[in-house]
Amino acid sequence: MSASKTFISPPAAPEVALQTPRAHMRDAVGEPAWVRYLLITLAILVISAILLVPLAAVFHQAFAKGISGYIEAISQPDTLSAIKLTLMACAIAVPFNVVFGVAAAWCIAKFDFVGKNFLITLIDIPFSVSPVIAGLVFVLLFGRMGYFGEFLSNHDWQIVFAVPGIVLATIFVTFPFVARELIPVMQAQGTEEEEASISLGAGGWNTFWRITLPNIKWGLLYGVVLCNARAMGEFGAVSVVSGHIRGETNTLPLHVEILYNEYDFTGAFAVASLLAFLAVITLIVKKILERGVRAEIKAAENLVPEQGAIHS
Amino acid sequence: MPFQFKKRSVLPGFGLTFGYTIFYLSLIVLIPIGALFLKSSTLSWPEFWATVTAPRVLASYRITFFASFVAAFFNLFAGLLIAWVLARYEFKGKSILDALVDLPFALPTAVAGIALTTVFSVNGWLGKPLNAIGIHVSYTPIGIIVAMIFISLPFMVRTVQPVLEDLEKELEEASATMGATRWQTFRRVILPVLTPSLFTGFALGFARALGEYGSIVFIAGNMPMKTEITPLLIITKLEQYQYAEATAIAAVTLVISFILLLFINWIQWHNRRKYSL
Repeated sequence: MSASKTFISPPAAPEVALQTPRAHMRDAVGEPAWVRYLLITLAILVISAILLVPLAAVFHQAFAKGISGYIEAISQPDTLSAIKLTLMACAIAVPFNVVFGVAAAWCIAKFDFVGKNFLITLIDIPFSVSPVIAGLVFVLLFGRMGYFGEFLSNHDWQIVFAVPGIVLATIFVTFPFVARELIPVMQAQGTEEEEASISLGAGGWNTFWRITLPNIKWGLLYGVVLCNARAMGEFGAVSVVSGHIRGETNTLPLHVEILYNEYDFTGAFAVASLLAFLAVITLIVKKILERGVRAEIKAAENLVPEQGAIHS
Repeated sequence: MPFQFKKRSVLPGFGLTFGYTIFYLSLIVLIPIGALFLKSSTLSWPEFWATVTAPRVLASYRITFFASFVAAFFNLFAGLLIAWVLARYEFKGKSILDALVDLPFALPTAVAGIALTTVFSVNGWLGKPLNAIGIHVSYTPIGIIVAMIFISLPFMVRTVQPVLEDLEKELEEASATMGATRWQTFRRVILPVLTPSLFTGFALGFARALGEYGSIVFIAGNMPMKTEITPLLIITKLEQYQYAEATAIAAVTLVISFILLLFINWIQWHNRRKYSL
């Protein structure tokens, strides 16, 4: 029967023949539709309950007293000085960690030396240290009872409970971000392009600026964005070293806490909404940059067969 | 072959960048952490032991470890589910969902803390229905667990997701060809490949939850012996100028974190050796 049918309408035959194995394959390595929909729904529910609802609550609470209440809350002088301090701490901490990240990635990704994996582990330490302890170590070094306490007070220098302490704590907690993003990108890219540049007579700096930097720009930017987000939002470490002096050593996250503990919920959430807005922007920029980073790694991988051909 | 610290290379800058890396690492990380251990050694051994095993301190370890473990365990399933859906299925709004997973990395912990407290308060969006069925979240250990789930979820998703994306379809096809059901393929083929990344994600999330402070202090209620986490206890001791005690508790916490860090690195190293060649 089917043979005669095929004979009568030839175009239908290849279609059926092609479709059957494809449909079968999909069954073999995929899930039935109802399982798929169930899992997707569950995932959306979990993400909504755990992540989306709290984010929405921030903005909802911030505008609880309308736009005018919101504007009033974020234009308080204490809020403005907290914004200023947060921006300043970032403007110092991020460049320091960028320079370190590039230097560390260069020596780790471009050279082979003994103890390299150990060095990478050491760089990761700040990620596994509780932020509270990150603050504590600087109090132990520079606090009044600390190792350098007497020296500092003799010279009338203050680090802890002042801006330098906040900057130091911020540098500590954001220490690995740039290095961590750059190392895998630079390792994937290898050393061939730089070696070519050097053997053609370019200097080290020239090679770095003209060859390496353009190759790693997305990875670097990605690291900077993550580093900056953490620097602006750090709470635990900064809380330990800040001393909580209103208008002087209060960063934005600390200001949120103070307002919240004073039962000024609208104010607390209004300030929090600034940080939440920043987080959303960070997520969007991150998503865009991820494409660039993937392209950088992919471009490096595409180079590999060519290199192999040259060597053989 | 004579011992060689560094392989020869035509590239310049090793001395400068290696030197600077070690210098900056020592200045920012190693010396401050060394100072912490030095300070905790000013206590005699019996004093140290009495400090880190005081009932209130032990209670804080207990609640911190218990809550971190439960949160990491919850995320084992939630994280695998989300990673699976993001890696395997196409649907509308997927990229938004994918971006949202990183929210806990980007949202300051203090903001997360007050937001979760509000959402799970007695009159909150989620607290009210939960309260109606007898589950009290804010100011209880459950609140601590909720905050820890929030901050450690992305670690699990982001560790498992790339492994799922790289998984070779051929393995699953072979398994299906040989007559395995989809569930058997998942249990016997996919899950064993995922196991190291599940361990890594669990350990990363657990380690992060152990040290977390900002998002928890708002929702926990902070009652000594009941809902007081170890990082908060360190701050409390510090505010009472009990530096040596704060330092001793911190040193114990730090040693545990380092052990976890080594464990995570060991799994990753072990895994690379097993699958890369």
